[in-house]
Amino acid sequence: MITALPHPFGRKVRPHERIIETILFLFALLSIFITVGIGVILVKESYLFFKDPAVDFWGFVTGKEWQPMIERFGFLPLLNATFTTSIIAMVLGIPLGLFVAIYLAEYASDKARGILKPVLEVLAGIPTIVYGYFALTFMTPLLRSLFGEDMVEIYNTASAGLVIGILVLPMIATMAEDAIAAVPKELRLAAYALGGTKIETTFKVVIPAALSGLSATFLLALSRAIGETMIVALAAGAGPNLTSNPFKAAETITGYIVRISGGDVSYNSVDYNSIFALGLVLFLITLTLNLISRTISNRFHQEYD
Amino acid sequence: MDTKFAFGKTNEVNSLMEKRRRNGLVWHLVFILSTSLAILFLILLLFSILDSVFGYTALRDTVSPTVLVPGKDHVKEFTREELERVVTEKLSSGILRRIESEKSISEHSDKELVSLIEQYIVKPKVLKTWGFTDSLFHASEVEAFVAGEEDSYALFRSWIHPSFFVGDQSSDPLHAGIRTALLGSLWIMLITFMFAFPIGVGAAIYLQEYAVDNRLNRVLQLNIFNLSAVPSIIYGLLGLAVFVRSMESVTSGSLFTSLTDNTANGRTILSGGLTLALLVLPIIIINTQEALKAVPDSLRMSSYGIGATKWQTIWYQVLPVSVDRILTGTILALSRALGETAPLVVIGASTFISVDPSGIFSKFTTLPIQIYQWSARPQGAYRNIAAAAIVSLLILLLVMNSAAIYTRDKISKKKRLES
Amino acid sequence: MSSTSYAQVVSADQANNYKETVIELKDVNIRYGSFLAVKDASLSIYQKHVTAFIGPSGCGKSTVLRSINRMNDMIPGSTLKGQVLFNGHDLYEPQVDAVLVRRKIGMVFQKPNPFPKSIYENIAWGARINGFKGDYDELVETSLKGAALWDEVKDKLKQNALRLSGGQQQRLCIARAIAVQPEIILMDEPASALDPIATGRIEELILELKNDYTIIIVTHNMGQASRVSDYTAFFMVDEKRTGYLQEYAQTEQLFLNPQHKKTEEYISGKFG
Repeated sequence: MITALPHPFGRKVRPHERIIETILFLFALLSIFITVGIGVILVKESYLFFKDPAVDFWGFVTGKEWQPMIERFGFLPLLNATFTTSIIAMVLGIPLGLFVAIYLAEYASDKARGILKPVLEVLAGIPTIVYGYFALTFMTPLLRSLFGEDMVEIYNTASAGLVIGILVLPMIATMAEDAIAAVPKELRLAAYALGGTKIETTFKVVIPAALSGLSATFLLALSRAIGETMIVALAAGAGPNLTSNPFKAAETITGYIVRISGGDVSYNSVDYNSIFALGLVLFLITLTLNLISRTISNRFHQEYD
Repeated sequence: MDTKFAFGKTNEVNSLMEKRRRNGLVWHLVFILSTSLAILFLILLLFSILDSVFGYTALRDTVSPTVLVPGKDHVKEFTREELERVVTEKLSSGILRRIESEKSISEHSDKELVSLIEQYIVKPKVLKTWGFTDSLFHASEVEAFVAGEEDSYALFRSWIHPSFFVGDQSSDPLHAGIRTALLGSLWIMLITFMFAFPIGVGAAIYLQEYAVDNRLNRVLQLNIFNLSAVPSIIYGLLGLAVFVRSMESVTSGSLFTSLTDNTANGRTILSGGLTLALLVLPIIIINTQEALKAVPDSLRMSSYGIGATKWQTIWYQVLPVSVDRILTGTILALSRALGETAPLVVIGASTFISVDPSGIFSKFTTLPIQIYQWSARPQGAYRNIAAAAIVSLLILLLVMNSAAIYTRDKISKKKRLES
Repeated sequence: MSSTSYAQVVSADQANNYKETVIELKDVNIRYGSFLAVKDASLSIYQKHVTAFIGPSGCGKSTVLRSINRMNDMIPGSTLKGQVLFNGHDLYEPQVDAVLVRRKIGMVFQKPNPFPKSIYENIAWGARINGFKGDYDELVETSLKGAALWDEVKDKLKQNALRLSGGQQQRLCIARAIAVQPEIILMDEPASALDPIATGRIEELILELKNDYTIIIVTHNMGQASRVSDYTAFFMVDEKRTGYLQEYAQTEQLFLNPQHKKTEEYISGKFG
């Protein structure tokens, strides 16, 4: 123990060590401030939005029309369009991503991996605005020539949804492959030793064992699709439209936010506040998905690490 | 040993095996097809962009060169004397004055005079554009179109050329350039780096080296994960409310200078850079943490063992070993910032500015936003310059990613040589 | 002493048993890539007897074991020269389906590896993919009884198998293996990850199982080999790290009267 006499190895006072540690701690704490900041801003401006006499909460949540001119602020059209594009994206991205992941984890030779992994990395690194251009100049004409120009409008949610699917494909493939590879080899060996074929082992033993890791991946991809902006801004349409037809134009939550804020907005108008209210909705949805995904993922890693 | 042998007779077993094998083959094919589709998507993506960059353009001159100098179809054929004459006679007085204020007509090179005449006098207008494949395989369509439109001619050109990189913004697609947007992007990346790098690396050092596994730090970790998955447009909203609006006096620069410019507002490079700094901060933190985790504990232990303090250990032992991965990750985070569009649109990047950004309080536009604006316009030629701008962006990203990989390899080679 | 009484039981048993060869290895050479892991292994495995493979680490005993049910196929670059005959048929002929082989020759691994499914599903799965058409409930009960696990789990068949103890999990893996009605069960150090009590139960189980199945067990525990096996094969490794079969005899013979010097040295613990 520390004695009263000066000890040759006594503790030297090093104030600058503590200062450095405190500064670094503050840097880390900044991240909390960012989250708090996001929360405060979104809630505050949303409050102003709902306080405006032209807006009522139930009208917002259940209303089927968004026409600020006639004071209708129902956000269902925007939510519906977001929903449509995201579902289409998942229908394309999840099966393809999963199959690519299985191929990478179980079947691919080193040569094949050497080609495929860089391709996925390149796809993942391309900015979303480029995907938006692709949706407008390639996917939409493709859909129009496949299904006819009368059926498919120039701006439509299907085109945007499909390209968002391509956007999240590398992310799903990479994360799903990690989950599948995390399943211990012994389980596969046990299945083979019982006379299982490779595909039976993959589908009936490996995939079920990796299920929570896979679910976490899919939720994260869905969250990404919902928050995607530039693809829908370019290709889906500019104007809220409640429709179940993916070949028609409709504006998503993100598309709306970017359109309004890109224009002339005065700071205290209903329009200005509305983008924050919608931002809050978007934030809450993606936050929920992200948290569930993280919880599932943690459980998965506890099992296998 | 055939008690309760309910697995079927030999031929049943064999046919079952065949079925199982066939099933396996079918799925194997499905997997290969999916993989091929993924590769196909990439090819299609790149192809559709490149296709719009090269091809035929049908043009019609507002004033044909032969009107200016009879007998000569191309301005390039004019003699020096003819060039100077046409410029001084035909150029509008306003433009002429502006040009002469920089340098006199006789000081301009031939090439510059040619470009002036083409841009302001001849003024070719784009009638229609064709992509690369169309130009190759449907050249007859091009000919038919030109024949049908009077005074028109078709040129096979590339929409990406040196003056594209250094040219001004222009509402005429033929003369539009990305210089302003490019500079805006670079300025923003600089600000983003200056804020996000020290804070991000510092926070990561704290979380990885100092923090004990208690409740607060687990919350911090979870929070950073959440921030990394927040849609980028939310950061735009945050930046709009905080940097552009609340901190307007700071970000517009009016606090620091006696700006009498009435149009000063918070939609500046500083705001944009700060917003993107917040966006890439979680990425840098997570990446740096991974780099620090990879440093073996034995290194730290041996450093403590000779009596070094924690910070000494970090600064002199841990960081030097992990600096390559930290830098690589930071460059990759910056390339992510380069490609971001939505947050900057929300905080109010300018839609048309004619002056280059001169400092952090300037208004700005960026390359992705330029691409967005051009892509959104239906007229054919805008599609082409959007594609050209995309190619520029991709080249820039390629350079950055290569720099990242090069940095990592060079530093790790240096480490191996030293050890 | 219990070990001699086991051995006495075993040899007395043998004298009355008709010995039929079920597996025969003829000049088996196994390579991983260019590395020769096992050279010139030849031996006969007798039906419904327990054969032990013993030897120092790296001597190839697990490699030889895996070659019998074609699990070496899983290791890239592994090749086999020579013959592995199962009831007279060479298992390495091109038209032989390895998947079917593994149904007939089952395997239990060193670390218990039950599927993350219910106890019931663990047993039923192997049977199901192999086209079992009988009563699954009966199959599960019979298999669990055969592995001496039924009484402990009969009330919790739907419970996740991972909640069982290590010893119970290993017995579950044995039950899983016998559910597909193999003729031979290969065991790769089945008790080395278990505590002594669980180990004892596995050894008792092996002695019961040999009434119905041929068992080949790899073990580094010589006491175990002498307790449970009728025949023992001693593998050694040469200077080039290639494994080979040094001596093969009835267990009592090998332990009490080894023919080779190396065998004697290994048994008396001169090297490990």
